[in-house]
Amino acid sequence: MALISASDQNKLREAFADMTRRVRLVFFTQTLDCDTCVQTRQILDELPLLSDKITIDEVNLILEGEKAAAFGVDRVPAVAITFQQASPDDAWTDSRIRFLGTPAGYEFISLVQGVLLAGGRPSQLSDASRNRLAAVNRPVTMQVFTTPT
Amino acid sequence: MAFASPHITAYAVEATEYPDLARRYRVNGVPKTVVNEEIEIMGALPEADFVEQSLAKFPQLGIEN
Repeated sequence: MALISASDQNKLREAFADMTRRVRLVFFTQTLDCDTCVQTRQILDELPLLSDKITIDEVNLILEGEKAAAFGVDRVPAVAITFQQASPDDAWTDSRIRFLGTPAGYEFISLVQGVLLAGGRPSQLSDASRNRLAAVNRPVTMQVFTTPT
Repeated sequence: MAFASPHITAYAVEATEYPDLARRYRVNGVPKTVVNEEIEIMGALPEADFVEQSLAKFPQLGIEN
């Protein structure tokens, strides 16, 4: 059974239709000791059904620890958003947008926003903010803590 | 913001699933943003204020440690 209502599916399908880049959601999981990994995968599985530009790549944290480490991920469930600049032959670019925990509730909306941004939607930041951020020249890690409701 | 700078990585952390992180960063309400483990921003702010506070301890043209 779909987790997203038919009307929400239509809205998402419409929003995703404007995507100009292919987006791959890298899903970090493990088989044991992860109560919410199955639910997270179920949520993610809804998205490729709504756009042929969205795919999912599953990474097992235990078996593919190096791949997870390359994304700075050491917990599950987690999701990293990657995208292709133009053609299907291009390498995947890391958007550096990550989700730790199940992207349900409001976090699902944030996930969709991240997918749209990676998919080519123009940034909604002001020019002033983008100029300020473009001047950053050292690593910055931002953690935004949220709850599903 | 991560999209606006190749040096910024953004994590959305579900606090109830990661109580250890919520404890470590003293998350008593959401949203709470922690930048480089030292700047803490409570609540949602207007965009310009949020960007400025996120980079508050850093000089205009970048980040000095």
